[in-house]
Amino acid sequence: MPVFEAVRMALRTIAAQKLKSFFSLIGVLIGVTFLIAVVSIVQGMNVYMEDQFANRLIGLNTFTLRRQPGINTGNVTEETWRAWQRRPRISYDDADYVAERLHTPALIARYCADRMTLNYNGKVAKDIDLQGTEPSYFEIKNIGIASGRIFTPQEVRVGAPVLVLGSEIGEKLFEGLDPLGKEVTIRGLPYRVIGVAERRGTLFGISLDKFAVMPFRAPARRHICPLNILDELQIKAPNPDLMLTAMAETEALMRTRRGLKPAEENNFDLQNASGALEGWKKISTVLFTALPGLVAISLVVGGIVILNIMLMAVAERTREIGIRKALGAKRRDILAQFIIESATLSTVGAALGIGTGIGLAFLVRALTPLPAAVAPWSIGLAVALGVLVGMAAGVYPASRASKLDPITALRAE
Amino acid sequence: MSDRVIHVEELAREYLMGAERVQALRGLTLTIRRNEYVAIMGPSGSGKSTFMNLIGCLDTPSGGSYWLNGQEVSRLSDDALARVRNKEIGFVFQTFNLLPRATALHNVELPLVYAGTSARERRQRAEEALARVGLENRMHHRPNELSGGQRQRVAIARALVNRPSLLLADEPTGNLDSTTSEEIMRVFADLHRQGQTIVVVTHEPSIAAHAERVVVLRDGRLDSDVRNAQAAA
Repeated sequence: MPVFEAVRMALRTIAAQKLKSFFSLIGVLIGVTFLIAVVSIVQGMNVYMEDQFANRLIGLNTFTLRRQPGINTGNVTEETWRAWQRRPRISYDDADYVAERLHTPALIARYCADRMTLNYNGKVAKDIDLQGTEPSYFEIKNIGIASGRIFTPQEVRVGAPVLVLGSEIGEKLFEGLDPLGKEVTIRGLPYRVIGVAERRGTLFGISLDKFAVMPFRAPARRHICPLNILDELQIKAPNPDLMLTAMAETEALMRTRRGLKPAEENNFDLQNASGALEGWKKISTVLFTALPGLVAISLVVGGIVILNIMLMAVAERTREIGIRKALGAKRRDILAQFIIESATLSTVGAALGIGTGIGLAFLVRALTPLPAAVAPWSIGLAVALGVLVGMAAGVYPASRASKLDPITALRAE
Repeated sequence: MSDRVIHVEELAREYLMGAERVQALRGLTLTIRRNEYVAIMGPSGSGKSTFMNLIGCLDTPSGGSYWLNGQEVSRLSDDALARVRNKEIGFVFQTFNLLPRATALHNVELPLVYAGTSARERRQRAEEALARVGLENRMHHRPNELSGGQRQRVAIARALVNRPSLLLADEPTGNLDSTTSEEIMRVFADLHRQGQTIVVVTHEPSIAAHAERVVVLRDGRLDSDVRNAQAAA
């Protein structure tokens, strides 16, 4: 009997008994829903972590030279933390040393930052990320300018009191007035606003537009960093390969400068986007390791339910089997009919599961900042698993059906 | 030789009922020729059901031989028997035995599905067969939307659709009232006139009266085999 015919017949049987079919499919449905939803969410999370989290916080093809890692997605023990605190800090001289000797073409930005309060005309903006840096910083972090300009290397050298504001502060402090040319104070120090950055949006629901950038030698530097000390040196290479070269070069330069012996560990930290994600990668690996087990359990249960349903179907339809045999159905025709019916049943379950899984993924996307992305391979896998589970579950009932004696089967009621 | 549709020699069938051997058929020899219309009769326990199962290739004999259209079929495998049933035999049952969820058309198509006929030809031949029994307007009805007589006519269309050499009916009017029974027997008479070989198993003399030959079994043996003067006339 043609497969198409058998599938159509199976679909007709399913449609005739919707509720019963639904209950028999629920195991496969849940297993597949789980597969699709978890894969979508974890993959979406991966994309988010890489594109949004790491690349926006650290920058594309960029690494940082710091005393200790700037971004920690894993657990840091008390002991490690204390060891980090004992390391020497990154000084202006360290930065100059690396900047002068680095051969790999790269953009370099000296950088330090802290939370500060900005005042304008009696209005106050608290908890603003005040960043002292250089013009190259805007390119490294891909911060566009909505109006005005960024400061010049000249202004950096002389430590001019000028500010580029994040878009949110501009709106908050000036309420519709043009911020350009206005004077704000930071701890009593006057600053002139020369530019406003383009909107950057949110990360994990936290605004990325509550910042103010000034030249790192500007007067307020003493409030965000100790004298002649930087939080980090940001280095951006033109591509990922050169970034790795530059990282290796920087490591060697710093070890030389700090006089470290080969056996000694680095007393500084180099971190790029993938390094920042190590903790997250561990979590997603655990999820992807646990997933097959969880999916397998639901599918085995789903398969057993379908096996049961098919045994019932064979018992209920003994007479039908007798009729088919009398009309010329061979063993393999009956075998194929019930295996295909079982596979169809299970595949319908998988299809519904794919639907609910995608639905869940979209729900997550709508309700959280995570861009849950449905992975095409997970859909393919789900369909394949649906067909396989159904076929496996159908073999035994179908073989029982195919071995029925036509005379006995015809007499059944 | 070639006009022998059924030829059985010393056909025997025993069953094991627990430890006991039951001899349902004890050596039956009989020939049915092309375009004969034969009624098989006998009281219950006479072996007529066993005989019907054997000539219908639903069962194999424990002794003797059976030639169907010149082919020895008594020693064939299950799958080979399925092929013979599909090509050579059209069954009509007392309880119609239609698939309840399938339309009349689909029921009639079923033997062609197992014969591997293409979907287009299947549909065309099934429509023709339904037209032959006067049901061209009921093709898309399900069995529960049809009367008993209509159901049996669907079953007859299904039996004929693969152009079998033998139409084998088992108490075809057992579930029908007398008016409908007459209607079905008229269909059989028409088919016989068109050259169809028909064997009807029945215990009702009024049904057997339609056949041109009546074979009576008793205790697993041939009891009588007579020409039916009334039907022949």
